[in-house]
Amino acid sequence: MRLSKKEVEHVALLARLHLSEEEKESYTHQLNAVMDYMEKLRALNTEGVEPTAHVLPLRNIFREDAVRPGLPREKALEGAPAAREGQFKVPRVV
Amino acid sequence: MELFYQSAYEVSRLLARKEIGAEELTRAVLDRIEGVEGQVKAFVTLTPEAALEQARAIDAARVRGDDLGPLAGIPMALKDNLCTEGVRTTCSSKMLENWVPPYDAFVVKKLKEAGAVLLGKLNMDEFAMGSSTENSRFFPTRNPWDLERVPGGSSGGPAAAVAAGEAFYSLGSDTGGSIRQPASFCGVVGMKPTYGRVSRSGLVAFASSLDQIGPFAREVTDCALVLQAIAGHDPADSTSGDLPVPDYLGALQADIKGIKVGVPKEYFVEGIEPEVANLVRWAIDRLADLGAICEEISLPHTEYALPAYYLVATAEASSNLARYDGVAYGFRLPGKDLVDMYVKTRSEGFGPEVKRRIMLGTYALSSGYYDAYYLKALKVRTLIRRDFEEAFQRYDILATPTSPTVAFRLGERITDPLAMYLSDLFTCPVNMAGLPAISIPCGFSQGLPVGLQLIAKPFAEETLLRVAYTFEQATASSRRWPQLGVVA
Repeated sequence: MRLSKKEVEHVALLARLHLSEEEKESYTHQLNAVMDYMEKLRALNTEGVEPTAHVLPLRNIFREDAVRPGLPREKALEGAPAAREGQFKVPRVV
Repeated sequence: MELFYQSAYEVSRLLARKEIGAEELTRAVLDRIEGVEGQVKAFVTLTPEAALEQARAIDAARVRGDDLGPLAGIPMALKDNLCTEGVRTTCSSKMLENWVPPYDAFVVKKLKEAGAVLLGKLNMDEFAMGSSTENSRFFPTRNPWDLERVPGGSSGGPAAAVAAGEAFYSLGSDTGGSIRQPASFCGVVGMKPTYGRVSRSGLVAFASSLDQIGPFAREVTDCALVLQAIAGHDPADSTSGDLPVPDYLGALQADIKGIKVGVPKEYFVEGIEPEVANLVRWAIDRLADLGAICEEISLPHTEYALPAYYLVATAEASSNLARYDGVAYGFRLPGKDLVDMYVKTRSEGFGPEVKRRIMLGTYALSSGYYDAYYLKALKVRTLIRRDFEEAFQRYDILATPTSPTVAFRLGERITDPLAMYLSDLFTCPVNMAGLPAISIPCGFSQGLPVGLQLIAKPFAEETLLRVAYTFEQATASSRRWPQLGVVA
């Protein structure tokens, strides 16, 4: 096993996911099966190969620094599960 | 032929000659949907009233003598990960079940400008993750050719709707084959344009460096018409290609004499269904009969594409899906503090496959594993890209099977993620290299459609359309559509 149940719990914490005991078991099993398959890549020599993050030869483009209308506040808040006084409402932080 | 099985191109002519009105046409398709949707289940959201209203507006514009394009008044539908102002966009997820976007995606805006009539939003694997549409939060879509089988995924709804005559065309998204594989399973034409050819603005992101929007149609001509309408530069998408859009309809000449076709031997490997391989080889022989020069070639890094793809895609997905925290939009479960709210919201809002991929991506990006997995995958991506670059120095087109199998049965692979991932074996290398590709029907095995995949150089969609069109014209006599029992 490449990943222990404990590591799966740690990854879930990083991903902000809660897993049931049953999920922990099945994900440990399934993630290991998938990661075993990924091991195939180790056999390949990639020394000196540049990584490709994007396929297009992108150049940075600057647009004119002109004021444009953005998404109106009411529209941005329309989909919010909770809003108050023109802002997103969340549980108390401090 | 029934009106709903006519091509968009044909009904466009009927509309222009005023032999039929857009409202009448829309009603005919809505009737078809009512008749077969109980079996196919392609739609997540139907908007018949709005569709009829749009159709009437087009009819009025035609009476006024307005200059209308070829797609004006033609009913179509969209994969439910494309933002539509005022119409909910769910990604077939509980997370966005009731989310109504405040704006239209670029492609939706373009289609609206073209006068398209939107029938509704189509089912998919949750957040476009899956190869069978069984990962939808709502219900699985069924393959119109055999209701016990999957339509493919993740754009199963868009493929099934077009195959079943429930829309003249549709749009899907393709991250690792999510347009081409369902097109192959459902016996329709599906095209993934070059990365950057079509703006992704307003497409709910899965893996940003791989995602691309593209059309489903029953004919290559319709595919060209739709691509014409949605292609083009968009300043709102920084990865959008700033290049002129060619005349795709003009590219449709039934002539491929002298076109050089490479046939990568790595795509005819063990595990592929023999009948699928035979049909694709038959199709390649037809291309040769039509004047193409077909030769076997090698893309040596093909076998590494799938594992590298799943590392890149899940890493990007884990990052993109971090925005679903219950704050700005979508589903929320209350928690005792902020982190508790995030965890509860995400654990309840995401389905099993989405969580599995977030876990995989988070792991691949986590400290200590980043170099071994994510960075390694990006380097392999370079090797895959180079394979294609080399091949395209000598060939105009590559021809392969779209999928190693015909549509599989519902439930057959759902508990085995690896088996499900193998559905993308022949399609995901194309996304890793950002190339354009098309899947076109090339016959039937066990009564189920088989797809031929054609791949071209970046931004060479014209070549792709021309070869597909030539093949289609030469084999058009074998065209048929699923016989669905219409429920009265």
